[in-house]
Amino acid sequence: MGILDFANPTRFMKLTQLVLPWLVGLCAIAFAVGLYMSFFVAPEDYQQGDTVRIMYIHVPAAWLAMMCYSIMAISSLGTLVWKHPLADVSAKCAAPIGAAFTFISLVTGSLWGKPMWGTYWVWDARLTSVLVLFIMYLGLMALWRTMEDPIKAGKAAAILTLVGALNLPIIKFSVDWWNTLHQPASVMRMDGPTIHPDILLPLAVMAVAFTLLFFVIHLMAMRNEILRRRVRTLRLRAASAARPAGGSATLQPAE
Amino acid sequence: MDLGPHAGFIIASYAICFGVVAGLILWVRLDKARLDSTLKDLESQGLAKTRRTPEKPDRQ
Amino acid sequence: MSSWALSLFQRELRLAVRVGGGALVGVLFFLAVVTVIPFGVGPDLNLLARIGPAILWIGALLATLLGLDRLFQADRDDGSLDLILMAGRPLELVVLIKCLAHWMATGLPLVAAAPVLAIFLNLEPTAIGAVTLTLAAGTPALTLIGAIGASLTVTLRRGGLLLAVLVIPLTIPVLIFGVSAADAAVNDPVPFMTPFLILCSLSLISLVVGPFASAAALRFSSD
Repeated sequence: MGILDFANPTRFMKLTQLVLPWLVGLCAIAFAVGLYMSFFVAPEDYQQGDTVRIMYIHVPAAWLAMMCYSIMAISSLGTLVWKHPLADVSAKCAAPIGAAFTFISLVTGSLWGKPMWGTYWVWDARLTSVLVLFIMYLGLMALWRTMEDPIKAGKAAAILTLVGALNLPIIKFSVDWWNTLHQPASVMRMDGPTIHPDILLPLAVMAVAFTLLFFVIHLMAMRNEILRRRVRTLRLRAASAARPAGGSATLQPAE
Repeated sequence: MDLGPHAGFIIASYAICFGVVAGLILWVRLDKARLDSTLKDLESQGLAKTRRTPEKPDRQ
Repeated sequence: MSSWALSLFQRELRLAVRVGGGALVGVLFFLAVVTVIPFGVGPDLNLLARIGPAILWIGALLATLLGLDRLFQADRDDGSLDLILMAGRPLELVVLIKCLAHWMATGLPLVAAAPVLAIFLNLEPTAIGAVTLTLAAGTPALTLIGAIGASLTVTLRRGGLLLAVLVIPLTIPVLIFGVSAADAAVNDPVPFMTPFLILCSLSLISLVVGPFASAAALRFSSD
């Protein structure tokens, strides 16, 4: 079983069928343990009180928002460089999930900020970078939706994803610069130097749970996308078969 | 369980998180169901045979 | 530079400034945006002087975005894009030349108009000079980054809006350092050169990334 075997959509479907129940089970266990720990085991922060519990979903969501973009960037390399047939499926399916987790991290961040900073939104470097990331996810999704041909859309989105991946560190750097320029050191830091193990352990469990959740949804969405392309190919074939002079488009393989 | 003075914010965070994740899962499940039925429809129209024959070499 | 590059450059420039090219509409749009801002924030001259560089930069960004869909769309519509693709010349270079001509036709007028508009916004002479200088250094980056979006959306019928949405996040660093440098020239404590040099380096980076990504997108859109 080399990596090339996954290139075959049918084999990928079989593998997904096999792996998915295990992943779902693991994910459920991780969430049960993580939620229990974050509510009943983890102590409240001496400064932030119980609001620190928002961290147990906020930080994993933010982590996923970044991990998802990295997965999309790697998939885009797969599309453009190695021409892997499943790479653009993976990239396309990751975008809405990444957008959803970015949204969660933004909303929980601002719900955390209201009791802590007294306002729902500050133009803090981190929040602003995540907002930019969110816009990029939505832009990518819009690009996918507006292009009809999935292969062409995949290549276009791959280029944009890679340019975005090059640009994200620059955006992060410039937003940091902009932030220090405008509000010198007044922003509360969320990640103080003292993360106690009592807090770290539930956080780690929740991060694992969220990561598993991501892979479950990603695999399911990829399976859907493969089915969708199969439907599309069948429809195209039916349409060209109905035409008297059968077009050459029928020879496209199902993706 | 007492969540302190900011219980509303904590519950809202978890509720929104749960809502978004549930929405994602629902979207994936509904999509799957819809695609499965469409595929079954197409196959019942006899398109499945034309699909499998030319693709056998690269499928196996 | 070889003759084909020069003739391509001349063609692009001529097409851009002629009737239907729409290059000068960008300046008009720039003027309109700058005029509309005081109606929004009030005619307080101190406030306008403080946010003036930012207004000019945002106006220039919007005007650049507005003109970008002309970059490849017209060539695709009349089929010359296919000819360019088939000509066998290095596509990256072609894109670079097209961007250069596009910038000469749309970006340079913005830079030239900036000092005049800056007077409306009550900017001091140093600030006027700084804004014009940063715009001159930064607008090429906007065009080159925008070229990526333009080539990605070239196959779409109405790609203009999507283009803007795709390109704006990528231009944030340019905007930040452009405005920072312009501000720094007026407010003494911050050195002018630091953000300005970073702005220049961003332009140089986009000079490399823009043509390559854009050429790749054009190749993929054609096959």
